Amino acid sequence: MTTKLFGALAAVALLAACSSDDGAATATGAGAVAPTSSIRAGSQEDLVANVGDRVLFDTDRSTVRADQRAILERQARWLGQFPQVQVNVEGHADERGTREYNLALGQRRANSARDTLVALGVAGPRIATISFGKDRPAALGSSEDAWAQNRRAVTVVR
Amino acid sequence: MNPLNLGGGPSFGRRGALLGLAGGLVAPGAAFGQASIDITTARTDPIPIAVPELAGTTPEGQRYGRDIARVIQNNLRGSALFRTVERGGFVQTPEAAAATPRFPDWKGIGAQALVTGKAEPQGDRVRVEFRLWDVLPEAQIQGTAFTAPAANWRRIAHLISDVIYERLLGEKGYFDTRVAYIAENGPRDRRTRRLAIMDQDGENHRFLTDGSFQALTPRWHPNAQQIAFMSYANNQPRVFLFNLETGRQEPLGSFAGMTLSPRFAPDGRSVILSSTRGGDANLFSVDLASRRERQITSGGGLDVSPCYSPDGAQIVFNSDRGGDQQLYVMDAGGGGPRRISFGRGRYATPVWSPRGDLIAFTRISGGQFAIGVMRPDGGGERILSEGWGMEGPTFAPNGRVLMFYRETPARDSRGNGYSARLSMIDIAGFNEKQVLTPTDASDPAWSPLLS
Repeated sequence: MTTKLFGALAAVALLAACSSDDGAATATGAGAVAPTSSIRAGSQEDLVANVGDRVLFDTDRSTVRADQRAILERQARWLGQFPQVQVNVEGHADERGTREYNLALGQRRANSARDTLVALGVAGPRIATISFGKDRPAALGSSEDAWAQNRRAVTVVR
Repeated sequence: MNPLNLGGGPSFGRRGALLGLAGGLVAPGAAFGQASIDITTARTDPIPIAVPELAGTTPEGQRYGRDIARVIQNNLRGSALFRTVERGGFVQTPEAAAATPRFPDWKGIGAQALVTGKAEPQGDRVRVEFRLWDVLPEAQIQGTAFTAPAANWRRIAHLISDVIYERLLGEKGYFDTRVAYIAENGPRDRRTRRLAIMDQDGENHRFLTDGSFQALTPRWHPNAQQIAFMSYANNQPRVFLFNLETGRQEPLGSFAGMTLSPRFAPDGRSVILSSTRGGDANLFSVDLASRRERQITSGGGLDVSPCYSPDGAQIVFNSDRGGDQQLYVMDAGGGGPRRISFGRGRYATPVWSPRGDLIAFTRISGGQFAIGVMRPDGGGERILSEGWGMEGPTFAPNGRVLMFYRETPARDSRGNGYSARLSMIDIAGFNEKQVLTPTDASDPAWSPLLS
C-alpha cells in the first residue's frame, strides 16, 4: 500500500514538474535523479523529493482523502524533525468553477490540510494558509487529469 | 463638464436636469413620444437614424464634429437597437443640416431620426450643440449644448448618445459609463492580474495597478469614484478600496483571514463582503465611515458573491450550505434566507439588475458554463449564452445589457489555446459580441452613469 501510494505521488510530482516550467518552489520532482546529498535537509526540495509537498482533493470537496492522509502524516513527521521550519499551506481549485467560490473553496482546502497537520502534532502558529482559487494552476491543460492535479493543497517552506 | 440648455437657461451639473425637457425646444406630440417605440420593438426593428458629421466652423471644429458623430454612431449601432443610415450623395451637407434640416432628403434615405449639430473649439474647451429630429413630422425632439474640456470630447459624444437613447426608447442609456476589469497577462500558472479601467466602448484604457500583486473582482461605488476589489498585496488576499481621484489604495476591515467578493450597498455607505474562517465563509457588512463590521450570515458553508437589490432591502448570494453552490435571497439584515435556484446544475455569481426585475447568474451544468437571468423569486429562468467557460455577469446601469467574461479551454498540457475575454450581450439573449481589450480580461464591472 505504501509503495503504491508513493508511486502515485511520484507520478503526480513528476507531471507537475513537466507540465509547468515553474522554476520556483517545486522545481525538483520526486522522480528527478538528484543525489539526495545535494538537497539541504529541511528545505522545500527535501520536502518535495522525500516527503511529498501536496495533497489532492475530490471535485468540490475539501476533506482530506484517505489516500492522501499518509502524505500529511509524513509532512507532520518531517516538520517534527525540523522544528525551525515554518510553512504556508496554499489551497487551490480547478478551473471548473467560478472565481469567488473557488477562492473560498481553496481556503477551505488549505485549512483542512492545516487542521490535519495540527491534529498530527504540528504547532498551529508554524502554519499559515492562503488560497489562490483557480487562478494559479499547477497543470495547465483543460483535462480531467489536469483538474485532478489542480485540486490541491501545497505545503511550501517559508 | 457643463452641459447647458440651448434655450439659454442655467447650466446644470446633474443628469436629471440635463435630460429634462428643454423648455420650448421640445416639440410636443412627436411620433417618438414616450411609448411609441420601445426596446422590445427596436430589438426586432432597429430605429433607422442618420448621424452625419456635426458641422464645424474651423478645421479643428470639423474634426471634433466628425469624431463625435463617429462615436455616437458606434454607440447606437453597438446596442443593435438602432440602424445608422449613411448620408447619400443627394442629401444636404452637415453644415446645411445644422442650419435647417431639409427633411425630404433624410426621409429619402430612410432615416426616421436625424442628429444635427456643430462643434466649436473655445480655447482648451469644446462646445457642442446638438439637435435630435423626428424626420416624418419634421419636429425637433431635443436640443442641448455641452461644453467640456477638449480632452473630454468623447464624454460629450457619450452624453449625446444617452440623450438619443432615452428620447427615442423612453429609457435611460448606458453610454456615458466605464468598465473596470482585470487585465491578465502571461502563462496561467504565473499570470499578472492588474486592475484596469476603460470607457464602455474600450477607449481611454488605463491600468490602475502595476501587477506587482494580483488584483481580482473590481466593483464600483455608486458615485463611480471608488472601486472595491480583492488584492494580494503582501500575500494577504483581502478586500481593498481604490480611490480613482487620488489613486490611493487601502485595505478594508480588520479581518483575520481572507476577505473576498466585495460589493457596495446601493447607498454607498457600506461594503458587503465574504470573510473566511475555518471551514466557513460568512458575509459581513463594513460601514465605510466607522469601519464597524457586522456579521450577516453564519449559515455554515461557503457564502460568497453577495449583491444587494437596488432598494437595499435584500441580498442575493451564493452558498453551498445545502450541499452544492446555489443562489439564496435574504433580507439585508440576514433574516429569512431562501433558495431561489432550482434548475439543473450549480449556480453562482448572482448580480441584481439595477432595474430590480432580474438576477443574472453563472450556471455550471453538464460540463458547460452559462450566463442567464431569473426573477428574484427564482422564476422565469432564461439562459442567454452558453459555452466551455464563462462567468461573472455585470449589468449596464439601465439593466438592458450584460457584460461577462468568456474562457476558451487549453488544447494541450502547456496551456496553449486558453484565453479569457470580455463579452457583452443584450438581456434578451441577442447581440453578443466581444469587448476588445489589449490583453486577456476577466471580472468586468460596469460603472453607474458618470453624470
